[in-house]
Amino acid sequence: MNFLKEERKQETAAKHICYHCGEECREEIILADEHAFCCKGCFNVYDILKESDLCAYYSVEGATGISPDKAYFNGKYDYLDLPEVSEKILEFTNHPLSRVNWHIPKMHCSSCIWLLEQLYKFNPAVRSSVVNFPEKKVRITFDTEKIRLSELAALISQIGYEPYISLNDLGGQQIKNWNRTRLYKIGIAGFCFGNIMMLSFPEYFHLGNSGSDQNLRVTFGFLNLVLSLPVLLYCAGDFFRSAWSALKGKYLNIDAPIVLALLSIFGLSLYQILSETGPGYLDSLTGAVFFMLTGRFFQDKTYDSISFDRDYKSYFPVGVSVLKGGTEVRTPITELAPGDTVLVRNAELIPADAVLLSPEAWIDYSFVSGEAEPVSRKKGEMIYAGGKQTGTAIQLEVLRKVSQSYLTQLWNNDAFSREKENQNNTLSARINRSFSVIVLIIATVTFLIWYFVKNDPETAFRAFTTCLLVACPCGLLFSSTFTNGNILSLFGINRCYPKNADAVERLSHIDTVVFDKTGTITRSEEADVQFVGKELSDDELIIIKTVASQSSHPLSRMIVGNLAHIQISRRSLENYSEVRGAGIQVLRGKQEIRLGSAEWVGASSENNADYSSSKVYVAIDQVVLGFFAIRIQYRSNLPEAISALRKYGFQTFLLSGDKPADPHFLSKVFGHEASLLFNRKPDEKLEFIKNLQNSHHRNVLMIGDGLNDAGALRQSNVGMAVSDDTADFSPSCDMIMEGRQLSRLPAFIKLAKAGQKIIKASFAISLIYNILGLFFAIGGKLSPVFAAILMPVSLITIVAFTTAASKLAARRIFRD
Amino acid sequence: MSAFYVMIITSLFIAAAFLSAFIWSVKKGHYDDDYTPSIRILLDDPVSEKSNRKDK
Repeated sequence: MNFLKEERKQETAAKHICYHCGEECREEIILADEHAFCCKGCFNVYDILKESDLCAYYSVEGATGISPDKAYFNGKYDYLDLPEVSEKILEFTNHPLSRVNWHIPKMHCSSCIWLLEQLYKFNPAVRSSVVNFPEKKVRITFDTEKIRLSELAALISQIGYEPYISLNDLGGQQIKNWNRTRLYKIGIAGFCFGNIMMLSFPEYFHLGNSGSDQNLRVTFGFLNLVLSLPVLLYCAGDFFRSAWSALKGKYLNIDAPIVLALLSIFGLSLYQILSETGPGYLDSLTGAVFFMLTGRFFQDKTYDSISFDRDYKSYFPVGVSVLKGGTEVRTPITELAPGDTVLVRNAELIPADAVLLSPEAWIDYSFVSGEAEPVSRKKGEMIYAGGKQTGTAIQLEVLRKVSQSYLTQLWNNDAFSREKENQNNTLSARINRSFSVIVLIIATVTFLIWYFVKNDPETAFRAFTTCLLVACPCGLLFSSTFTNGNILSLFGINRCYPKNADAVERLSHIDTVVFDKTGTITRSEEADVQFVGKELSDDELIIIKTVASQSSHPLSRMIVGNLAHIQISRRSLENYSEVRGAGIQVLRGKQEIRLGSAEWVGASSENNADYSSSKVYVAIDQVVLGFFAIRIQYRSNLPEAISALRKYGFQTFLLSGDKPADPHFLSKVFGHEASLLFNRKPDEKLEFIKNLQNSHHRNVLMIGDGLNDAGALRQSNVGMAVSDDTADFSPSCDMIMEGRQLSRLPAFIKLAKAGQKIIKASFAISLIYNILGLFFAIGGKLSPVFAAILMPVSLITIVAFTTAASKLAARRIFRD
Repeated sequence: MSAFYVMIITSLFIAAAFLSAFIWSVKKGHYDDDYTPSIRILLDDPVSEKSNRKDK
């Protein structure tokens, strides 16, 4: 391999784009084969691809590779070879072949599909690999005698696609049969509907009324009856089940009137066919079931790659490194016992509450507690589970089992066992309830008039059932399912993923918005670094970067990250020393370089009151050159989004687990200082939301990202998790939104409100059809042909109206 | 008229055959992933010879 590491300083203006991952090269640039690479990892992947002759990868359109996991180390996946683990992870074994179905969160473009399906080129022991892109899964069949499971995981990690294996997976495999069952039902209902309609055709046009055709009519009637049975018994099963469980709970849900209508149509048809008095309305019955099933399929479209119900279990790693007699053993996390010594590397998670054995650790608790800056812990101090080590590897002694640690206690709160969805209260359910009552009254009155006043029992029965038939709430159901389906897909297109239609409806009732700070309105990994002081020469910048890169302190890392265009000097550094809480000191030749606090370098710290940024002073040979002001970066457009929310009358709050920061900026954004709440623990966040709901009768939208918000997200009316990568872990919530879309929050709320209006409007339209139908039904004049025409026409109108209206609303809302 | 009975039975059988074909394909997983195959068909198989080393 002839690659040469560029030692020459790069021009600041010229940006190098990594050939592999397509990101701008920061920190270092590796040049090889006329291509630039941003890090060793990207170059390694390129090298592996080249060796296997798979460079065509880069010519696939839009190909951007993935930089492999920097925290990878040999033996990371060893625990997969343990029989009790592999047994749960393997989907299928038939000696010597085995199959796994792994979730690969980093899969993102068509070249990923291409590369993952070429796995056999890297190792012939892989028999086949098939990608399912929407689910971000790859199903690999491999020869267990030639490659171990851990080696397979290491192989795909090497080319950048680490599999996501969580504790949840160890709980057992869930097979998604649900989707297939729905397709069977739709298929069967469609088949029966089509055939019944064909057999009913002669009736529509009053053909075959002559005596000789009587036999044919009877046959057709019975055939229709037989064809309608699977629809009623199998396809409509879900409606019956849901209506029955609602009735047992003593309330009427949206399915109850549907079931009533279906049963009465079937009863009437059965009577007409058996008594040979008419053809029945089985075409309408099966058609209604078929269209309702398609509508639900459309509405319940799932986002395969997103999981909404993750709990702390999926946040923890599956395997941890335990030191036993000096050697490192990978052990499943469930077998971790108090007294074990664990080894935690850079960026790894602390698996359980433990005591630090190493001299020092920097723990990043941002995800768990909301504190933006990593905290330092000394030997002998207690470390709670959930934090991430930044810097060198540390050793810890486990105090408590994973299931008993501090972090998992949050999940014992009542908020987590409470179901938020109350189907009883959705808009369509509310309208439907009063609608069903009215229809029942009309039908009964009609029946009574025909029976007692007009003395015509037969017409009375027919009028009664046909009333239920035409007023069938199918139209109402379609209005909500198709509108919700459209709104959901419009949300999805704009990178906000609601869990279900109910979450969108609850979003439309929101009047208070509560934001978390760290990770939600700030971006934790990006900081604005500015040097204040004398202009630094390139040489000085090189020195500073070289020194800072020696330290694992988070502030040093931010400085290194900011000096991307500078190359690290190869000259050796001497007498490196780091004093905790102060800074670092290094000798480079004869120069003494100090980085750190004002006292450390001997500068006067003038305005300490300035909370908004952390400062790192620089001194070379006792001369203070200035300081780096490092300030957390807020998401752009955030102030606009929040002021837009306030303009529309929403109350906004900031609820942070961090210490107070930027009060001037934030109080300007949030209106006044009273709405800024800092230093809130996870359970205090939950209480705050509860208080808003109970004492102030607010409908609260909580926007958060970390485990510290999990309680508040559950307690709120709508919990929205913000994530820069939707495949990443996010706590259980109702919606997941991409970080970049946060500024569009007012638009999303508006769209949800528009959706509710569209549902109401299309209810009105279907009501017109219902009244028209009722008019004929009360008169006892509803003919099968009229029923057969009325139903599809009303359906098509509603579907067309809801689709057009929601598209139009979305275009109007997202345009500005 | 008897021709009708034959026709009706035949047409039902043909339709049922299509229905069972649909059920079979769902069972075999043809509908599990409706996106990846559309991409896969557009991707070229890699040329195994070292002929196209520099393809960009």
